Amino acid sequence: MNPWMLYLVWPLIKFLIAFVIVQVIVAAMNWIERRVLGLIQARLGPNRVGPWGLLQIVADPIKFLLKEDIVPSSAEKIAYFLGPMLPLVPAFIVFCLIPFGPPPTFAVTHTNVGLLLILALTSTGVYGIILGGWASNNKYSLMGGLRSAAQMVSYEVPFGLSIVGVLMLCGSLDLVHIINYQAHHVWNVFPQLIAAFIFFVSMNAENNRTPFDLPEAESELVAGYHTEYSAMKFAFFMLAEYSAMLVNCCLMVSLFLGGWTLAIGGYGLTTATLKSMGFMGGLLGTVIFVVKVMTFMMIYIWFRATFPRFRFDQLMDLGWKWMIPLALINIFVTGIVVLAAPEMIINGSVVPVGETILAVAGAATVALTLFLIMKPRAHAPKVIHASRVSEA
Amino acid sequence: MANYAVLLVAALIVISLPVLTLFILAPLVRASRANKVKLEPYECGVPATSHAFDHRFSVRYFLIAVLFIIFDVETVFLFPWAIRFKQLGWFGAVEMATFLAILLIGYFYAWKRKVLSWV
Repeated sequence: MNPWMLYLVWPLIKFLIAFVIVQVIVAAMNWIERRVLGLIQARLGPNRVGPWGLLQIVADPIKFLLKEDIVPSSAEKIAYFLGPMLPLVPAFIVFCLIPFGPPPTFAVTHTNVGLLLILALTSTGVYGIILGGWASNNKYSLMGGLRSAAQMVSYEVPFGLSIVGVLMLCGSLDLVHIINYQAHHVWNVFPQLIAAFIFFVSMNAENNRTPFDLPEAESELVAGYHTEYSAMKFAFFMLAEYSAMLVNCCLMVSLFLGGWTLAIGGYGLTTATLKSMGFMGGLLGTVIFVVKVMTFMMIYIWFRATFPRFRFDQLMDLGWKWMIPLALINIFVTGIVVLAAPEMIINGSVVPVGETILAVAGAATVALTLFLIMKPRAHAPKVIHASRVSEA
Repeated sequence: MANYAVLLVAALIVISLPVLTLFILAPLVRASRANKVKLEPYECGVPATSHAFDHRFSVRYFLIAVLFIIFDVETVFLFPWAIRFKQLGWFGAVEMATFLAILLIGYFYAWKRKVLSWV
């Protein structure tokens, strides 16, 4: 085949297909989120536009386009326009690097430092927020932008540290290699349970989602960094945010939950099995991947409906005093166990001793934590019913 | 190299999307009836007495930024080590433990000086 076709045109066509699908998912997430939140809170949610309110997905962008675009007279104009547009580019081209199914057909490009590139691109999201928050020249925006920057920057550290454990087990920055490793051993969520937990909490904080949505704490900061943004520019902030959520869910699935495979110890739907089924096998792998990703998107919504918001000092304490030491301990324990207990071959079959020890240790830690949290306190605070406060 | 060229071209395609919608499509169809009051910063209804640029903000944000640089560089150092971890063996583990120990001294110093606590 013509090398131009092979290396540039085909990947770009694949990118455009992935891009359109991601856009549809992002637009649909807006409707799904409001609908699911409605169901959780025992109300209907948007149900007027079209059947079950489905045309809301189309109606929202049209409204964004037709709305008056207000640029505050005191804003710093260039930075004000760059704020929403800058984070869009990295948030979208990241989808080039994520393998949605068995490569090379179902991944746009394939580089051996894919994970590092994804991390580099996603961490630029903070620039848009701080630029937009500062350039609006509004007190709420400035405070929201500062808070958001401090929060995203704080959780970037445990986010990166939690991945180190996975890298130590798999020995590669290539997402395809990491996924294949998991199909031939076990999903990383078992030996790296603590890391998966830290990754999940940090990715919630990175995306400014409840319970970490302080930058948008509407009761104190109106709308945070996007107070002064309306119409399309507001839509760009939302697009970038939801794309970043999707990317983080893809990373979570690829790093900890086996990506497009559905296999353990080399049995089940591994990459080789899927490839032997031809194009349909690849499609099946992509469907598995998307189902896993959407499960995590649903958990985001579930979190938003369930948890109350953190206070800012609690948020910083959690990031700096709990998550970072926990991530370092995880690296330390993983290192010692992997070195002290390498894979043993018993009766011709490979037994991953280290990973078993890590899985048991992780499960024990979680069980102990849950026990300590759930344990009834000796001196439980006396609960007074609201109607009897005056008597107490 | 071809893989990275795809990224570059994709970036060009993607950047055209916000530019097209924001500067060409939207001005054609959107309403625009701005007036002086509407363009004031959103604050409380009465004319604002000061701009956000006139105010200073807490020094803690700068401290967090400095600490972030330290720990993010640490993460960057950890990544290549983690990839070669199994090959490096105990020597690599001890080496990295020494590095982390030096870093942790600074971490606990910052903790003791109450840099990490917000209030």
